[in-house]
Amino acid sequence: MKICIPSRGPDIQDLVDERFGRAPYFIIHDTESKMTEAHVNSAAGAMGGVGPKAAQFLLNQGVDSLVTERVGGNALEALKAGGIMVLLYEEKGSTVADAITAFLKGNLKEQ
Amino acid sequence: MTTSMKITIASGKGGTGKSMVAANLAWAISQSDRVTLVDCDVEEPNLHLFFPPDDPESTDVQVLIPAFDNSRCTLCGDCAGFCAFGALVVAKDRVLFFPEHCHSCGGCALVCPADAITEIQRPIGTVTTRDLSAHLSLVTGTLNEGEVLGVKVIQEAKRRAEKPGWMICDASPGTSCPVVETLHGSDFCLLITESTPFGLHDLELAYSVTSHLDVPVGVVINRSDGKDEEVRRFCNERGIPVLATIPFDRWIASVQGSGDLISRVDPTWKERFIALGGACRSSVGGT
Repeated sequence: MKICIPSRGPDIQDLVDERFGRAPYFIIHDTESKMTEAHVNSAAGAMGGVGPKAAQFLLNQGVDSLVTERVGGNALEALKAGGIMVLLYEEKGSTVADAITAFLKGNLKEQ
Repeated sequence: MTTSMKITIASGKGGTGKSMVAANLAWAISQSDRVTLVDCDVEEPNLHLFFPPDDPESTDVQVLIPAFDNSRCTLCGDCAGFCAFGALVVAKDRVLFFPEHCHSCGGCALVCPADAITEIQRPIGTVTTRDLSAHLSLVTGTLNEGEVLGVKVIQEAKRRAEKPGWMICDASPGTSCPVVETLHGSDFCLLITESTPFGLHDLELAYSVTSHLDVPVGVVINRSDGKDEEVRRFCNERGIPVLATIPFDRWIASVQGSGDLISRVDPTWKERFIALGGACRSSVGGT
């Protein structure tokens, strides 16, 4: 299963970004292979429509779940239509690694 | 011969008195010449408030949006890949469309390899024309709540206002796309400012826009408390004429507050606004 965490930087020790569409990086972690890859969010600085663009990126990457603090209405609609589960993670000041651990424990709530 | 001149009233800062100057200027000039006043502040048009209430007919402003033929769509994703505004998301079994993000560029229909996209019309605002007197018309653009493409409504309002005589366009505050669109095609721009640090700061911003667009300008200092040195220095250094000064005055405020025009109730102000129109005309070499 592939999970995505919006991040401030390209490393799993970087902080989780509280925004989805405007996060500078998306870290995608594969829970089976344990592989982690960082992607620059090229739409982070766009004027508008960043939520749908980010959702499209996750769909194209074959992501199954998004772990995020916040997600906008349009992005949520697109993610749901694409069958991506949105899980809320609201621990302030956490790293991407913390978010992955929380996901693996399986007690995150679905948006 | 009828004068043909397009003037935009802009300011940068909100609340400096653009609409007040626009309405008074239009009314004063219309005593002898044909004027079309255009309310280009489409998010909050208010010029009609200076004139008797009526119930004019309005017509819709439409933009084109994509419509999808699901039997043809192959979910290839080319349309969403093209859209620069995030208006389209191609999911596993369908295309999602977010109309409020669409800029009506038509690119998605062009790039679709399966011919699955046609363009249909969607209303985003209205344009209203009021004939206020034999010489004065008011064209008002109104953007529907929640919509973002104010520029399209401004374009349509200006198109409808295209008549012989003067065209006076009241711009929105700020320096972004709606102001640029309002200024487009103008012969002259009156920048309205006030003698405050904010007024001067935003005058500088507005002037940077008009300079970039190559539209000649003149300044009107409104609500002047007599301490206009900073504004005047700024104008002097750049060779910008200060064409009028309107004092900070309780009587003016009360006329405004009652929905009237100082040029309509006081012949002195009528003459001053006629002179302001003349100054605009001679600034661009007219007679």
